[in-house]
Amino acid sequence: MRVVIAKPGLDGHDRGAKVIARALRDGGHDVIYTGLRKTPSDIVRIVNDEDAEVLGLSTLSGAHDSLIPKICNHLREAGLGNVIVFAGGIIPERDLELLYKSGVRAVFGPGTPTSDVLDFLEEALLRKQNKHPIGVGDDLGWHWN
Amino acid sequence: MALELSNINELLELAISGDRRSLSRLMTKIAESPQIPKFHSESSWTLGVTGPPGAGKSTLIGQMVKHWVTAGESVAVLALDPTSPISGGSFLADRIRMEGDDLGETVFVRSIASGNIPGGISPYIWSMCQALSLCGWTRIVVETVGTGQSEFRIAALVDRLLLVDGPDRGDIIQAEKAGILELADVIAINKSDLPRAVSSAQSIRTSLALSGDDSREVLLVSALEGVGVEKLISTIESCEPRSERNEMIMRERLISEWDSLLVTHSEIDEIIAKLCIGSITVNEAIQILSSSIVQSGE
Ligand code: B12
Ligand SMILES: Nc1nc2c(ncn2[C@@H]2O[C@H](COP(=O)(O)OP(=O)(O)OP(=O)(O)O)[C@@H](O)[C@H]2O)c(=O)[nH]1
Ligand SMILES: [Mg+2]
Repeated sequence: MRVVIAKPGLDGHDRGAKVIARALRDGGHDVIYTGLRKTPSDIVRIVNDEDAEVLGLSTLSGAHDSLIPKICNHLREAGLGNVIVFAGGIIPERDLELLYKSGVRAVFGPGTPTSDVLDFLEEALLRKQNKHPIGVGDDLGWHWN
Repeated sequence: MALELSNINELLELAISGDRRSLSRLMTKIAESPQIPKFHSESSWTLGVTGPPGAGKSTLIGQMVKHWVTAGESVAVLALDPTSPISGGSFLADRIRMEGDDLGETVFVRSIASGNIPGGISPYIWSMCQALSLCGWTRIVVETVGTGQSEFRIAALVDRLLLVDGPDRGDIIQAEKAGILELADVIAINKSDLPRAVSSAQSIRTSLALSGDDSREVLLVSALEGVGVEKLISTIESCEPRSERNEMIMRERLISEWDSLLVTHSEIDEIIAKLCIGSITVNEAIQILSSSIVQSGE
């Protein structure tokens, strides 16, 4: 699948995002990495222009609770409701529900084996093919973990 | 098929009217389309940027984009990166180097994994460039790694070609990539902030001089520091596409479209199998394939 890996906000931790980007490439995906410090509207523009099917957001700075819901809203407003959104980095347990409610379908913390992430994408693709809700604009009942 | 094409034409209309979502979908549809849409724009302005891996092509394009945007142009970039032969995946990294602080509505960047299309990607790139031009993009740039046959083809499909080399690399160009050196309209040695760039430029000048009355300049630039970029742009803007170029473009279009018809032919596997067991000759295979290609092309 075409995947955009993005670093929203001022967060300068990029190791995890790069590790994930390489792992997805090695798993057979086409990966576009945005580089650091992107605003929500930058990210939505990149997802649109690259016609990506999946958006992976990496945040370690603690700003996930405001940035990620904002990005999800922007995506829906831009007619990109089909895009599958997932996230990773330092995200405390207590914020998971908020992210799921915003449209995020999976969250991966430190120490995640990359095979888990690939398994998620495989499942996500299956859901998409079977027309089960998976995009950020679809019904939000299902999430991976 | 007819349905698909009408879909593409609808997308084109929406994209021309300025809808960015449709433009992006259109690019994908062109790349996925079994029959390449034959768009044609009277006024396309295309630039190919090629050169060895890591020479600084993307960084330099980023600088040129900034310059053009300030001058009121709208710039579209198609950035090609190789597909991993092992995993089939790709890491499309050109964009990172091009993203300034404020790429906005007047810049469109699409990353393309060059290995995903059977029969080579160049006919599709041609079609995408034409569509972008129809949609009002006034500067269309195609970045490609200057290695491999299909990359060479792309270089021949654009109106003008910029070759970017780094310091330390002049000799590689002389030894292995002489062909691309001949194709290039403008030659830039990037990373002039590093000590060896000057001698690298000199060695390329020497090799150009060997081939007689070559008037092409070898420009020194630093994409990192933005040095020499103005001069580079004015050289590119004023370069009159050489008269041989049109012939070259047509030749490469023909060869690559023919290639792609051949490789995507529905009977090709069957015919190769017959060749393997010796039930037909290569000449017969060509006959069978070409007669049905001719029919389907009408
Ligand atoms: C290395 C590091 C740095 C390096 C970063 C180097 C770099 N270029 O990345 C440096 C020294 C620069 C740094 C700076 C800072 N850091 Co720091 N840093 C760390 C540290 C120790 C490790 C992070 C790391 O690289 N891990 C290795 C990678 C591979 O793991 P990962 O990023 O977690 O990624 C994995 C998963 O999370 C997941 N994943 C990550 N992203 C994504 C995305 C997707 C789509 C998916 C599916 C999965 C996924 O998959 C990855 C592989 O398993 C962490 C502590 C920690 N143990 O996490 C603190 C930490 C992240 N830093 C922290 C802080 C506070 C800072 C500073 C603000 C410190 C300061 N006061 O100056 C600065 C801020 C810099 C900035 N501009 O953002 C805090 C953040 C606190 C918070 N969120 O509330 C942490 C948690 C330390 C702590 N316990 O306080 N840091
Ligand atoms: N010193 C110096 N480094 C540069 C310059 N231009 C680019 N670089 C660096 O060279 C590296 C490669 O730059 P890119 O722009 O990605 O090169 P590229 O030719 O597009 O690379 P590929 O697309 O991978 O073939 C990066 O680390 C850049 O920061 C320059 O003018 N001077
Ligand atoms: Mg590049």
